[in-house]
Amino acid sequence: MHYKASLGLKIAAAAGLLFLHLPIMLIFVYAFTTEDKSYQWPPPGLTLKWFAVTWNRPDVWTALGLSLRVAAISTAVAMVLGTLCAAAVARSRFFGRETVSLLVILPIALPGIITGISLRSAFNLVDIPFSFWTIVLGHATFCIVVVYNNAVARFRRTSGSLVEASLDLGATYFQTLRFVILPNIATALLAGGMLAFALSFDEVIVTTFTAGQQQTLPIWMLEELVRPRQRPVTNVVAMVVVLVTFLPIVGAYYLTRGTETVAGQGK
Amino acid sequence: MASAVKFEATSRFFGDTRAVDDVTLEIEEGEFFAMLGPSGSGKTTCLRLIAGFERPSQGRVHIFGQDATNTPPYRRPVNTVFQDYALFPHLNVQDNVAYGLMIARVPKAERHHAADEALDLVALGGFSKRKPSELSGGQRQRVALARALVNKPKVLLLDEPLGALDLKLREQMQGELKSLQRQLGITFVFVTHDQGEALSMADRVAVFNNGKVQQVDSPLVLYDSPKTPFVADFVGSSNVLPVEMVQRLIGVAKLASLRPENIRLAEDGLVGTVESQAFLGAATRLEVAVDGARISVLLPKGAELPNDGSEVHLAWDADALNLLEATNG
Repeated sequence: MHYKASLGLKIAAAAGLLFLHLPIMLIFVYAFTTEDKSYQWPPPGLTLKWFAVTWNRPDVWTALGLSLRVAAISTAVAMVLGTLCAAAVARSRFFGRETVSLLVILPIALPGIITGISLRSAFNLVDIPFSFWTIVLGHATFCIVVVYNNAVARFRRTSGSLVEASLDLGATYFQTLRFVILPNIATALLAGGMLAFALSFDEVIVTTFTAGQQQTLPIWMLEELVRPRQRPVTNVVAMVVVLVTFLPIVGAYYLTRGTETVAGQGK
Repeated sequence: MASAVKFEATSRFFGDTRAVDDVTLEIEEGEFFAMLGPSGSGKTTCLRLIAGFERPSQGRVHIFGQDATNTPPYRRPVNTVFQDYALFPHLNVQDNVAYGLMIARVPKAERHHAADEALDLVALGGFSKRKPSELSGGQRQRVALARALVNKPKVLLLDEPLGALDLKLREQMQGELKSLQRQLGITFVFVTHDQGEALSMADRVAVFNNGKVQQVDSPLVLYDSPKTPFVADFVGSSNVLPVEMVQRLIGVAKLASLRPENIRLAEDGLVGTVESQAFLGAATRLEVAVDGARISVLLPKGAELPNDGSEVHLAWDADALNLLEATNG
């Protein structure tokens, strides 16, 4: 049914959307400003030179590369472990099942600073040097949660007899995984994976405690803001970050819309 | 005839629960076999033992002479129609039906053709491209049937397949399943808690209670000559007369069953008091208290009805009294 919205509601909705998105527009505009010491409104002049400057800054590339690698690997780890854990919790009964479920979700409920401090002291205690892998481990703790939550909800919605039906029709366990389980949880996994990637990509707090000398992109941006030098470079990077996170989401949207019909072809 | 399925002293325990308790049972090739019992009686576990979703804790299961006790479900010549149908939601109707053939590496055109034929068999031709979510309950049930039958199983297992359908559709499907079974000649093993369904469809019925098989017989024999009080009550809602009463009536110290419709009101006979009555359409059911026991009497329409609380005499033909073997359920 369609209802006609009142003028007041329309204005309120528009105001709400503006409040959400106007600040992001400001970031975009400052990427073109000629003033590089402080943010002036309106910008004294517009220029494209910061794009070239950013392109030529090796520290940007290092940070971006590190962030992408960390996000990709933490997401991959989370997708495997989160899915397995979700399958166990949703499909079988065992002693301590509810406890396991709670313990898996706990890291996202804990403040990041607690996770960060505890990981840092644990790494120190067993003499693990801070490296790329300690960042990945830190990120994986909360990436698992979002994959787990998505997967467990989907597992609970899919009937357990689907697996039995597949076995009954002659499929081995591996074929059942490939032809029945994965197609049915694919969209949930993709959604969980995207969320995990996004969470990892902009994570600051846990990273500050688990990183050594490396800088991920958010940490690099934080440090740039403190130092008033070529400030618009940060804004250019911010624009790129928005694009980088936006594109997979749009892509995933079309991808998940596609799986309905692709899976229907049955290979 | 060869036996299609054979249980040899088969048991399945879940912790302390004896879901299936020392069952020995033979299902013959080509028969329509029903496993009847209340929920928790072990009938579904027995079906799952045939399908291979459960392994016996003790004893063995044979399928067509082969020991299938440790055969995984995907290597058994049986297919199942699940209670909730278990159609794959991500596949359309045709691909659901063709799933078993796809796994068996039948070429695409061939398996789609076979799937469409199976769908025609269950009167769902033209539904190939629909998704399961676009079908009604009755249509999903037919798809599940086609998906199992297309693999030409030696035994078709049906787990309460009509449970989720409304009464009219259920009666229609009962007839269709029966004629389908005759037409295909496949052994059907059918699990149900509805005694009417079991009696009207099956060639033979196994009655389950507490994990044990109480009796295996044709519907007629089960109805007329139950062997245990449980079968008498569950299958035919028969009266079970206590030992003392039977002792007094015919001098045998055994329980006996007596069908309500075989009792009539007479001038002379067992004396009782009418407690209540219920009009059932073609008949009226009287509940009569006799020596602390309660006996149901079914009077045909048109018979003269006594008032509640009045004294009546019950009589029946001598052969209507059926002695029970067991003294407990």
